[in-house]
Amino acid sequence: MSSEPECHELEKVTIKFAGDSGDGMQLTGSMFSDESAVFGNDLATFPDYPAEIRAPAGTVAGVSGFQVQIGSVDVHTPGDTADALVAMNPAAFKANIRHIRKGATIVIDMDAWTEDELQKAEMEEDPLKTDLVSSYRIIQAPISAMTRETLKETTLDLKGKDRCKNMFALGIMFWLFNRPLQNTEKYLKKKFEKKPDIIDANVKVLRAGYTYAQTIELFSVNYKIRPAKIKKGVYRQISGNQAVALGIVAASQKADRDAFLGSYPITPASDILHELAKYKEFGVKVIQAEDEIGGICMAIGAAYAGDLAFTTTSGPGLSLKAEAIGLAVIAELPLVIVNVQRGGPSTGLPTKTEQSDLLQAMYGRHGECPLPVIAASTPGNCFEYTLKAAKIAVEYMTPVILLTDGYLGNGSEPWLIPDMDKYPPIESRVPKINKKPYMPYKRDQQTLAREWCVPGMPDLAHRIGGLEKDDRSGHVSYVPQNHEFMVRIRAEKVERVVELVPDQKLIGNKTGDLLVISWGGTFGSLLTAVTEMQAEGNKVSLAHINYLNPFPENLKKIINNFKQVVVCELNLGQLHCILQSQFHNTNFLKYNKIQGQPFMIGELKWHFASLLAGDDL
Amino acid sequence: MSTAEKITEEKKITRKDFMTDQAVRWCPGCGDYAVLVSVQNALAQLEKNKDDVVFVSGIGCSSRFPYYVDTYGFHTIHGRAVAVATGVKTANPKLDVWVISGDGDSLSIGGNHFIHAIRRNIGLKYLVFNNEIYGLTKGQYSPTTKQGAVTKSSPFGSLEQPFNPASLCIGAESSFYARVTDTNPKMMTEIFVAAAKHKGTAFIEILQNCVIFNNKTHEQITGKEFRDDNQLVLKHGEPMIFGQNKDKGIVLDKTELKVVRIGENGITEADVLKHDAHAESPNLAFMLSRFTLPQYPVPIGIIRQVDRPAYEEQLHAQIKHAKEKKKAVDLNQLLNSGDTWEVD
Repeated sequence: MSSEPECHELEKVTIKFAGDSGDGMQLTGSMFSDESAVFGNDLATFPDYPAEIRAPAGTVAGVSGFQVQIGSVDVHTPGDTADALVAMNPAAFKANIRHIRKGATIVIDMDAWTEDELQKAEMEEDPLKTDLVSSYRIIQAPISAMTRETLKETTLDLKGKDRCKNMFALGIMFWLFNRPLQNTEKYLKKKFEKKPDIIDANVKVLRAGYTYAQTIELFSVNYKIRPAKIKKGVYRQISGNQAVALGIVAASQKADRDAFLGSYPITPASDILHELAKYKEFGVKVIQAEDEIGGICMAIGAAYAGDLAFTTTSGPGLSLKAEAIGLAVIAELPLVIVNVQRGGPSTGLPTKTEQSDLLQAMYGRHGECPLPVIAASTPGNCFEYTLKAAKIAVEYMTPVILLTDGYLGNGSEPWLIPDMDKYPPIESRVPKINKKPYMPYKRDQQTLAREWCVPGMPDLAHRIGGLEKDDRSGHVSYVPQNHEFMVRIRAEKVERVVELVPDQKLIGNKTGDLLVISWGGTFGSLLTAVTEMQAEGNKVSLAHINYLNPFPENLKKIINNFKQVVVCELNLGQLHCILQSQFHNTNFLKYNKIQGQPFMIGELKWHFASLLAGDDL
Repeated sequence: MSTAEKITEEKKITRKDFMTDQAVRWCPGCGDYAVLVSVQNALAQLEKNKDDVVFVSGIGCSSRFPYYVDTYGFHTIHGRAVAVATGVKTANPKLDVWVISGDGDSLSIGGNHFIHAIRRNIGLKYLVFNNEIYGLTKGQYSPTTKQGAVTKSSPFGSLEQPFNPASLCIGAESSFYARVTDTNPKMMTEIFVAAAKHKGTAFIEILQNCVIFNNKTHEQITGKEFRDDNQLVLKHGEPMIFGQNKDKGIVLDKTELKVVRIGENGITEADVLKHDAHAESPNLAFMLSRFTLPQYPVPIGIIRQVDRPAYEEQLHAQIKHAKEKKKAVDLNQLLNSGDTWEVD
């Protein structure tokens, strides 16, 4: 029997599960996260998987990873470096070792640690035979063999047995971090409802892993992470893509119109399509279009006919939709375009995150073609920004681009379920029967929005289109002054959306040495870095922008109160470019990363400290 | 009731009800005029309520069409009319949605939307004006331009094999394909009426003349002196007989269709194949779609019309079913679904 291990208490811990694409690491990571969420920890996750569905087994290209940070305190990021790593093969070890804290616990599957596997991972030297070992606590567990042994009396074939080995690794981690198993067992029972032998096998292996960790004396310590003190209420795990889908349903209810989605599969946005396709009972109409252009054009048709229309995509898809967005702008139809950004250009890094579509969202169309652009900043708030995008679209009769990214879309966090009764309605201006002839481009004095007049409304038949139209009547017009008037009024309409834009929030003091500006999915990293630096006594504040066009009205005032302003983005400086062109009197600095990976807290803090110290960067 | 009210009440719907105040801007002599009149006549015959009718067009000469019909209308972008129309019809299946497009719009830039709409069988009346040329951009060859044709962009003759829209449609699982000529307004109206009553995508290829850039491209089919011998007017259930003297017919010879002369080699009217537009198998329709001059007459009329569920009907049936199955759906319930936990 083993002696009782020492139990250390931790505020936060980051765990990475890594293995071959076929090893089920995404599922393993999600199960660990769900169990922790139900236990009451705050957490943030980051799935990191290859673009190839099954890259050659055992290669570094085929490594799929899932990182999660859990804590008894607020957690805003999945963590910079992991405190524990599960590596199901040498390739997983090789791909991740750079991001593992010195002294961390590494659990490896000894059975996969063969000459052959080391070769596939292109490792010339076995790291276990080098000095590296002394820097980590490496647990060499015969995971595959133990899994087979556990299942020797079951009817599963060898392949089926091997498929359960991720549960063995999960069991080890559950013991190491003192997690209960109930929720996971419940989940397995639900997932494999119709395959009792699979449930049985998975549960057996999960428990075997747990017992193994408990029994062997390799672990002298295990860890406890108490529940976090988080706001009261009912929670669920949510990813950004799920939140967008739920936001679409919510917006349709708030607008009292059917939701319509025209969409073409694209990584990392497809989950929105999958999720929304489930909600038919809410009257949601989903068409998987033949291409990206078809997707948006169907949405435009649906908007024209009175549905609350959406199209969802990622960077390359947004490029393809550009012409059709112009049609929605000139026809003045409400439409929300959700762009889950990924690394570009071209096919780029389809499964990696980036913020490089901001300028495309703002300016990527021919002609004078402005539209409102907003960005979500956490997986959970993808929900409210979807609602907000729909509200702007309908109340201002304009297409709106909502930017999220792969990090938000795939990442998940515990989400305090909102009370929908507290959200305002989305109000459309519908024509009342008035005297003929009908004027489809007559505008509301305040918003400059036209009415949403849809086919089927009696006595209001009229024609619209992509040709420049006469103010009010909507008839085709080539009159020079009319074109200028219409271009200007469409632009002014977008500027007036500022009425729906709340004041920019500032985290920290109103004045100081350094203002950090960021936007979109980098919020968690920036918030953590800035608050840590504030706690260390630095005069740093953070303005994280969600409303990118138009900007919040008070943004200018905020900017003017700091000695230095730095714009941090996962691109070459796109928001920087917009800010510099709008606020000429400020000299904006920039800090950029273009690696398909989120910011690390450490690198941000190091950079801010250098700026504060006046280092020449 | 005043006299004026009485008149209104008894007023019969006529073509005039579907005319707008916009000046029609096609070239004098353009085939589009006849199509416009025929469509308006069909709408009047169908006694359509103009509030429930939508014309959606792409880009090209024909795509100005919606401005000239007093119904709802949406002049969209190049090639995309049928995708936009798919959204309109799915959003509100009660609407009568007509797509107006051309050979460049539908067979070139919009080729993808064209085949997929047909495959889905979405309830659209889809009119393609095929004049075998780009008119609005002033005379470049299109995907239906005959090989060898000299156009602005093919000064040495077009090298390209043209598309056969009929074969393409049937290959894309079309449930309704008809071909008409802009010289026969009576037949156009008849076929538009039949199309309007069809469930699913009713595709109509209109052989239309561009008087400026490709004049008389269809002359061998539509010209008075040729049409009887070169058109095979098809009616469901009737024998495939044509020719000035009604003495030529189509027979099935092994696996091929063949033109024969009635009265020669012992062939009688009874040997002539009867048109079956409703055949489940598309084989006959496909063979007919391959008929081109000079070997064969050009089939005109409804070549294929079969019952197949329309996309929007099926989608709305799924929605209805889901609503019935999951009673009392509430947004708060949805948000609270799945694994939730409470923090006190």
